Amino acid sequence: MTRELIALEGVTRVYGRGESEVRALAGIDLKIAVGEFVAVMGPSGSGKSTCMNVLGCLDSPTSGSYFFRGVDIAHLTLDQRALLRKHYLGFVFQGFNLLARTTALENVELPLVYRGMRSAERKTRALRALHEVGLDGREHHTPAELSGGQQQRVAIARAIVTEPSLLLADEPTGNLDSAKADEIMNLLVALNRERGITIALVTHEPHMAAYASRIVSFRDGRIEADERKVPQA
Amino acid sequence: MAATLLMLGNTLLMALREVRRNTLRSGLTTLGIVIGVGAVIALVTLGEGASRKVKNDISSMGVNMLTLFPGAMRRGPTSSAAEPLSLADAAAIEHEVSEINGVAPAASRNLLAVFGNKNWNTSAQGVTNSYVEVRNLELATGRTFSDAELAGGAPVCILGATVQRELFGREDAVGSAVRVGRLSCTVVGVTRSKGSSTFGNDQDDFVLLPLAVFQRRIAGSNHIGTIAISAQSEASTKKVQAQIEVLMRERRRIAPGQADDFTVNDMKEISDALTSVTAALTALLGAVAAVSLLVGGIGIMNIMLVSVTERTREIGIRLAIGARGHEVLLQFLVESVVLCVIGGVLGMVIGLVGSYFAGQALGFPFVLLPEVVLIAFLFSACVGVAFGYLPARKAARLNPIEALRHE
Repeated sequence: MTRELIALEGVTRVYGRGESEVRALAGIDLKIAVGEFVAVMGPSGSGKSTCMNVLGCLDSPTSGSYFFRGVDIAHLTLDQRALLRKHYLGFVFQGFNLLARTTALENVELPLVYRGMRSAERKTRALRALHEVGLDGREHHTPAELSGGQQQRVAIARAIVTEPSLLLADEPTGNLDSAKADEIMNLLVALNRERGITIALVTHEPHMAAYASRIVSFRDGRIEADERKVPQA
Repeated sequence: MAATLLMLGNTLLMALREVRRNTLRSGLTTLGIVIGVGAVIALVTLGEGASRKVKNDISSMGVNMLTLFPGAMRRGPTSSAAEPLSLADAAAIEHEVSEINGVAPAASRNLLAVFGNKNWNTSAQGVTNSYVEVRNLELATGRTFSDAELAGGAPVCILGATVQRELFGREDAVGSAVRVGRLSCTVVGVTRSKGSSTFGNDQDDFVLLPLAVFQRRIAGSNHIGTIAISAQSEASTKKVQAQIEVLMRERRRIAPGQADDFTVNDMKEISDALTSVTAALTALLGAVAAVSLLVGGIGIMNIMLVSVTERTREIGIRLAIGARGHEVLLQFLVESVVLCVIGGVLGMVIGLVGSYFAGQALGFPFVLLPEVVLIAFLFSACVGVAFGYLPARKAARLNPIEALRHE
């Protein structure tokens, strides 16, 4: 019934060679369906960030298969992966990663620039995305003029402006106080429920993971637990 | 295709924004190119002005003019032994040599010219009217010599502009009597000034007298010092020179194998030599300026490398949201080209304005060479590509994960 968006099969990721070899992922099997909100948890060094990089096509697995919408994309070239990111993926980072001295609007327009979209359409879509994250009136502020929570909202707007199949959020609340963190999490939940955006969230805080509908726990490069929450009434 | 153009346009806009964002740094980076392009354009333009001036000067001395005088030029001081020229030589040249416009025999001596209480040491020249044509002289006032005067009637003279100025100031000299040496003669004309020659000597410092008068009343001999010959065209000067040499060897009975005891000077030879000297100088200065353009390019590369390191995180962000390697490469390449082109345009303006004023100060004509401007401009854009490529490639090859982690 549910469509499968992502399937990892026996994915490993090994850094270094010989003595200094590190198996960051030691054989992962994971399926994510369209519309899921998955939290990836685990202590540092558990492989959750590596898993995120592989999911985000920033990194290629050493072995195993990565099916994205049924197509194996485990071993693509750099440019092919860039195209995948451009067309199907959105990123939200812990450090916001906005372009400095660039207005919120321009930051949100950036992915559309790489899609070769005309400036009028870019602007319309970027304004709509900023409206969705509740940043009306802040379009022309630069990151330095925005609070941390607002900056993260800009980053989320930038991630969803392309209408991605998968939104990857890597510790999106790590640099925020708990009130702001809850706001951001509620925003992500709303995007998941209302727009049906599939979200993969990396966090080490159980409180944040609790917002997701499914929690996958990593330990030593393997999946330790995979719990689905019963939908609340 | 349309998408590529759009991408290029967007990249250009991004580059301009980046340049504006860092005005001071962009300005300083560009300075090297500004100076390089400015120097190349200024020096080449000035050099061209200088060689144009040399050409003008030489053509004002007499177009396509050859000068014949006794004595070999190459063999040291043999002129005293050489037989002087005569009017018969001039007549022979006029009859036997083809493709010539005029033949002007002249004899000269340095004498004091006196008018009232003023005197001026000048060169008194015994000439015919053809001298005025061959030497490209123009009369400011008065007339040339009449036939009776040329035949040796009443002593008359034509003053050069310098002599007129020194003896008469602003007054008109025509009609006054001037004493040249011991000979008193009436001024019938004054020549228009030609200014100083390329070699720096005054071309207006002379008094012209009819040749017959000069020979009889001043020199006391029939000797001719020089014969100036004007060829019909620049192309015929070589042929005319060869004919004169053959004719003179015959007339002076020089055996085959024996050296000439006369010299035929070709103004064109001198002009060519001078032109090639100024051209060589221009090339040399241009090359030195090109080195400064190169240094400017290295400066751009340096700053772009720093900029890539500084903007590693930005590059990571761009790569993460879907920029491909070549798009990042293009962005940095366009940025460095934009910097260079801005520098090129500024340098062009400064170079042209600078050479215009320098040319005015030095008395060179201002010659705009569109091809040099174009080449300097294109070269500066090429510098942008050449020196921007390495930093841009470095940016494009960054690993997005590491770039994002970069602090």
